[in-house]
Amino acid sequence: METTITEGTGTAPAREAVLSVEGLRIVLDPSGVDIDDDVSLVIHRGEVLGLVGESASGKTTVGTSLLDYQRRGAKIAGGSVEIDGRDVLAMDPATLRSIRGAAISYVPQDSSASLNPALRIGKQLIEILEVHGFGASAADREARLAQMMAEVLLPSDKAFLRRYPHQLSGGQQQRVAIAMAFANRPKVIVLDEPTTALDVTTQAHVLDTVRDLTKSYGVAALYITHDLAVVSSLADRIAVMYAGKVVEVGTRDELFDDGHHPYTRKLLASIPDITGERALRGIPGWAPRPGQRPSGCSFTPRCDWAVDKCREAFPPAEDVSPGHRVRCWRYKEVGAHRVADAIHLRDKSLSARETQEHEVISVRDVTAYYQHKETLHGINAVLSERQCLSLVGESGSGKTTLARCIAGLHPHKIVGDIELAGKPLARDARDRPRATRQSIQYIFQSPYSSLNPRKTIAQILSQPLKVFFDLSRNEMEDRMVKVLEQVALDSSLLSRYPDQLSGGERQRLAIARGLAAEPTVLICDEVTSWLDVSVQAAIIELLAALQRDMGLSMLFVTHNLALVRSISQEVAVMNDGRIVEYGLVDAVLEDPQADYTKKLLSDTPTV
Amino acid sequence: MSTPEIIINDSELVEPPVINPGRRRSEWLMTLSEAWRMGRTRIGVGIFGAIVLLAVVGPWVAPYSPTEFVAPPFSPPDIPKMWLGSDYIGHDVLTRVLYGGRTVILLSLAATVIGLAMGVTLGLITGYARRWIDETVMRILDVVLAFPQIVLTLLFVSILGPKLWLIVLMVGISHAPRIARVTRAATLEVAQRDFVHAAEAFGIARWKILFNEILPSITSPVLVEFGLRLTYSIGLIAALSFLGFGMQPPAADWGLMINENRIGIIIQPWPVFVPVLLIGILTIGTNLIADGLGRALVGIERDTGVG
Repeated sequence: METTITEGTGTAPAREAVLSVEGLRIVLDPSGVDIDDDVSLVIHRGEVLGLVGESASGKTTVGTSLLDYQRRGAKIAGGSVEIDGRDVLAMDPATLRSIRGAAISYVPQDSSASLNPALRIGKQLIEILEVHGFGASAADREARLAQMMAEVLLPSDKAFLRRYPHQLSGGQQQRVAIAMAFANRPKVIVLDEPTTALDVTTQAHVLDTVRDLTKSYGVAALYITHDLAVVSSLADRIAVMYAGKVVEVGTRDELFDDGHHPYTRKLLASIPDITGERALRGIPGWAPRPGQRPSGCSFTPRCDWAVDKCREAFPPAEDVSPGHRVRCWRYKEVGAHRVADAIHLRDKSLSARETQEHEVISVRDVTAYYQHKETLHGINAVLSERQCLSLVGESGSGKTTLARCIAGLHPHKIVGDIELAGKPLARDARDRPRATRQSIQYIFQSPYSSLNPRKTIAQILSQPLKVFFDLSRNEMEDRMVKVLEQVALDSSLLSRYPDQLSGGERQRLAIARGLAAEPTVLICDEVTSWLDVSVQAAIIELLAALQRDMGLSMLFVTHNLALVRSISQEVAVMNDGRIVEYGLVDAVLEDPQADYTKKLLSDTPTV
Repeated sequence: MSTPEIIINDSELVEPPVINPGRRRSEWLMTLSEAWRMGRTRIGVGIFGAIVLLAVVGPWVAPYSPTEFVAPPFSPPDIPKMWLGSDYIGHDVLTRVLYGGRTVILLSLAATVIGLAMGVTLGLITGYARRWIDETVMRILDVVLAFPQIVLTLLFVSILGPKLWLIVLMVGISHAPRIARVTRAATLEVAQRDFVHAAEAFGIARWKILFNEILPSITSPVLVEFGLRLTYSIGLIAALSFLGFGMQPPAADWGLMINENRIGIIIQPWPVFVPVLLIGILTIGTNLIADGLGRALVGIERDTGVG
């Protein structure tokens, strides 16, 4: 096979464009409101184009339209999508079927939903070859199957192929989905956040696989993600989308080192920096949904550079250099500021541990079970007053179990002592005295699940106030307004319901509910894993400020090692129900001792 | 230590993504309005409404008293004096039809409400508590479930006598296990959500969690179950009356009328035929409503086709 195509990321114009999207416009049906407008992209042979944007920026809609597919309620209203010169959008249904899965294929975000749970994976993979008439005989297809499995680093023995999707891990499932997408040697492949649900180690494998396969088969790949860090090592070129429009496109280096759009720069600043040099900066606000986008440049309300002109009309695409295009009225001025100068340096004193304080939470020889299976093995950890301890590990490492044990939410057997200020804690939160329940507050991973959708924000906030304090109606209202202020939410939201808030706002509300109890310990369980990187950064800033200003002790549970520097003083790395490394953040990240920590560090995507 | 600038207030920058500004529809209202968009629901509501109207307004417009002897037994219709003729002892059939709907509808509604209250409570408790409470209660309910509803009711009515409250209670009880199962299944799912765990961590009382946190999220399946059980109640209550365990003569009641007049069905079919027809139409009405609600619940938007 052609393995030597497009080495490096140079902008050699001789490369042939495989996919070209021109003036694509997708609208909501029947209202006709724009989801995406004027999207033009080109992807060359063997090239990976990263399509980056926040939730509701319309990036997935662009991805599926390359296969002329739209989810219900959306329709393509204009433009063209050409693969090797043939317009996909003009194809009749039969032709379209013949190219989907063959000339162009799609890897969805959640592979467990894309694989048929009732069919063995071997059967599913052979099927995709059969449907598109790959090879001349069954033997050819068997051979291709073995080759595919090798490409995605999965075993190809009979026993493995006879497994059902649920018998595979998440990473294995995603690799099967990728094998399936590459099966018929497509010309174009669309990958829609295929690693979001995966651990960093698995993510690193999957990214490697995608990179190798696109290069060796000369495939043009569109990689959709909200996380610039993920595509930084993968993409040759990056297109940044905002509110349905591509606002900047260029090579990886052009965007990272010389981004000319304020949004691109803000996205970069919101990526957690594992080296700890740069401070984390969130982007205030959120990407507006279709139908709520302001006139003129949609980024105006969040932009530091906005002037009157920006509110009047959307800027045209301008060439910064050949291939580097940007849509901003002030791109020259933005570009004149060096990216390096705009970086905020991290206040290193934050991660320095203050003088040895009192122990607030101490965990001694804690072993916990899930039903009858031991999931935590002899954990020892201490959370000191006014400190933040990060608990880092992959899924299944036991970090959430430990956090829940402390919060009194672990419904199974626990052996060992968990103490709050020297007093042992009951296993079940209900059996703990009121003052204890009040001092430890838990913020859940998903703000979509932790807030009762049938209650107003006032009702949600009143819960802890009613349980822990004896307040009059007015006092209650004052408290609510106060905690909303602390998390930078407007008090006009009190009569709203959670589904009227964005993901970031919901998480702020969940934090406000915790703060309303006036706790001394805040346990944050993966609180940013459901959020966009830009929103994550804002939440981390908020939590760090609250912890410092209110003197909270905080247990910060995360799978993202890159985050810990921005928030905590101490870190415990967990693997398989054990703490494998424990110490001050700077020490652990700069000089990791455990092999597991080293591996996590090397697999964490950075910029 | 320098204090970094405070986070900018999001809400000042962009209008929040408001769905239905100002006003908010709860889940069951949404299911209702979704159901109302379907033809079958509207027809069902029309039918049910018409029969209820007939039962409510009937006594005011009836030409005679229901216990008044107006003609010899089983007289044929004599328009305009006696539109539907007379029954087995000479009462006016039209009058008795106009009077006889109230009991069926009221008793069915009462039985359904009782069944719903018991079933929902049991379902919430078993779905939330799980472990031994769940096992014990559900196995007991399985025993109740093993009896056909009418047999269970007859068993108690024949022991304790044909009392109305007993019939209503027993029909309600016989509904409870079915409603409990549906409620429990819905509760199991909701009880896993973190907002329930959050309430637990605050130490909020269990019954408050059940009724304030979980119940509002499961109103839709409960609503559908209500419609369905109402249909069954009407059939059961009418059947019990027919068997002589419901309203006692000389009261006017559709089920009873069928029984009283069946011996004369050859010479004077109206006192049997009209109540049968009305009961039939009434159950079709409630069934259409239940069907519409059920379809709205699972999100079948069109009311065509088999689904």
